[in-house]
Amino acid sequence: MADAGTLTSATALEDADRRKAWGFVAPALLWTVAFFVVPFALMAAMSLWKREGRDLVRVWNFDNYVRFFSENALFQGLVNSLEITVIVTVISVLLAYPLAWIIAERVPKRLQRMALILAILPFWTSYVVRSYSWLLVLSKNGVINQLFMNIGLISEPLELASTRTATVIGFVHFFVMLLTLTIYSNLIQLSPNYRRAAADLGANAFQTFWHVVLPLTLPGIMTGAFLTFVLCIGDYVTPQILGGNNELVLPQIIMLQLGRRADFPMAAALSIVLMLAVTIAYLACARWLKIERA
Amino acid sequence: MMQSVRDGARLRRFFSSTATIAIAALSTVAAPAPVLAQEELNALVWCDHTDPALLEPFEKANDVKVNVKVYEGTGAGLSILDQSQPGDWDVLVIDGVDVHRAIDLDLLAEMPDSALPTADIFPEVRMEANNTKDGKTYAVTEKFGYNTISYDKTKVDPKDMQDLSVIWSDKYKGRIALYDYYLPMIGLVGLGLGKKTSELSEADMPAIKEKLAAMRAASKQVSDVVSSQTALATGEVDILVGGGEWITAVLSADKPSLDWTIPEQGAVRWAQSIGVMKDSTKQDLALKFVQYILSPEGQARLATSSCYWAMPANAKAGEHLNDQQKAALRFDQQAEYLKKTQLYPIPSTELDQQFQDAWTEMLQQ
Repeated sequence: MADAGTLTSATALEDADRRKAWGFVAPALLWTVAFFVVPFALMAAMSLWKREGRDLVRVWNFDNYVRFFSENALFQGLVNSLEITVIVTVISVLLAYPLAWIIAERVPKRLQRMALILAILPFWTSYVVRSYSWLLVLSKNGVINQLFMNIGLISEPLELASTRTATVIGFVHFFVMLLTLTIYSNLIQLSPNYRRAAADLGANAFQTFWHVVLPLTLPGIMTGAFLTFVLCIGDYVTPQILGGNNELVLPQIIMLQLGRRADFPMAAALSIVLMLAVTIAYLACARWLKIERA
Repeated sequence: MMQSVRDGARLRRFFSSTATIAIAALSTVAAPAPVLAQEELNALVWCDHTDPALLEPFEKANDVKVNVKVYEGTGAGLSILDQSQPGDWDVLVIDGVDVHRAIDLDLLAEMPDSALPTADIFPEVRMEANNTKDGKTYAVTEKFGYNTISYDKTKVDPKDMQDLSVIWSDKYKGRIALYDYYLPMIGLVGLGLGKKTSELSEADMPAIKEKLAAMRAASKQVSDVVSSQTALATGEVDILVGGGEWITAVLSADKPSLDWTIPEQGAVRWAQSIGVMKDSTKQDLALKFVQYILSPEGQARLATSSCYWAMPANAKAGEHLNDQQKAALRFDQQAEYLKKTQLYPIPSTELDQQFQDAWTEMLQQ
């Protein structure tokens, strides 16, 4: 009888805890449902409609997706987006890691905050203004070409602006800082005892880095790399300003559907494709990180 | 203990009531005498309507605040209207070729002809076929310009710019920017092929695609207004196909070497129209705003708006423009230019789709 009473009170406590937990989670859950799940479901549904002339045909079909995979100009947008994003992510990681390491390991503790502030200082200005500034820097009469010509490195200006290279430079400038922050936060949490232990066991500096430091900082790298991937593949401004429309990425093609024709079903279908690419990237990163942590 | 709790409660009530009295007293003393709220007018516009120099005279004269929202592309504008409540918007500025899209969606109100300065508007840009339906006027052309060739006259031979075929020749390869809007650009290609913009059809698509590909091969970039202006001003390119006075006029003081012309084969003319929203609850005020924009003073301010310059539709606006402004706009050459230019294509929705697909293919080339 006493056991039954204990059980009942334990169950009541559990129920109360569960209700409390739901109470805490509910606002975030409602927010996510209202501002992500529902809009996403609407977008997915709309991607299965079709624009015919000025009419929106609300009959479910896969025509937009068939068009995307069958028309080279549209599919190429995804290819371009993926290529640029991978290049930007790789270059940004390769540049950000040494920078974060120098700030974390070589800059005196009291100056580290200042170093980080200096590193992110250019980002206190508008993203669009920064992109147009890059356009001026990379133009025929820009700083880079003028410098190279003045020192006799080149006789004719390099074609830098309005190219994929310009887009990549604009992106890398932004994302190196983002990655530096995520990697730096990982590096300063790393206990020096790991390196001491590795040295005690006879590892040289490179072996210590390769087998100890790098694996332990992978979560920071992967978090930054994933953020870079997501922000880069969905960006419209940088390729539009710096790429000179010499190749279209998927967000530009989405904008093209909306600008004059207001073809929301096609734009929705392309957005779903974009989200699928991001989801695949997330699954790849999450799985990889889990293995490394195990 | 009990006492201190009671004291605390009393103290809180005291402060609470004191604060209430103080706030009430302050409100009585400090609040201004009740005034009628300033009236507001909401206009969905192109960026040239955001210039304070354009809006302020109307706002002061009518004690009204004009709220403007800028959109780019008719599709985007119609989407904003689709997501708005009836009555949210009072005035709409729209591409002249798309007025019927708005009329068909029952968005625009009829305007009395007697209230509009139609007689003062250049006959070629009155565009009755676009702005009216069944004899009723729903919009009026307020500003127009040309999609033609802008160039740096110190870098290219101005004579070459008189022939549209220069846009797909190799002579200036890598020194050309293309304006990124498929409708006027395909119209220009059509003119280069000897086709009237109003007669372009599906049968012309193979030839158009071929020339688009050649243009792309000869060009350095395809860019929006700001990027095109930047490229021309910084010397990144020497020619902008699709540009016109709206690209170079605003730079005329700083970059006098920039010029524009209308080639022998002609060029494409664009126009923007203004109308009153059918569901506006301030029809009279909205019409008054339209009348102000169409007045010679309003037209001169709109023509030289900080966002972009272009020709005023009202011929009398010239009285309010100075010589430098008129020279930059080529105000006195309009009679000749209007004869040589054609309104840009108004394709059927099917042909519009083909135009856009051809443009996308060209960009991915």
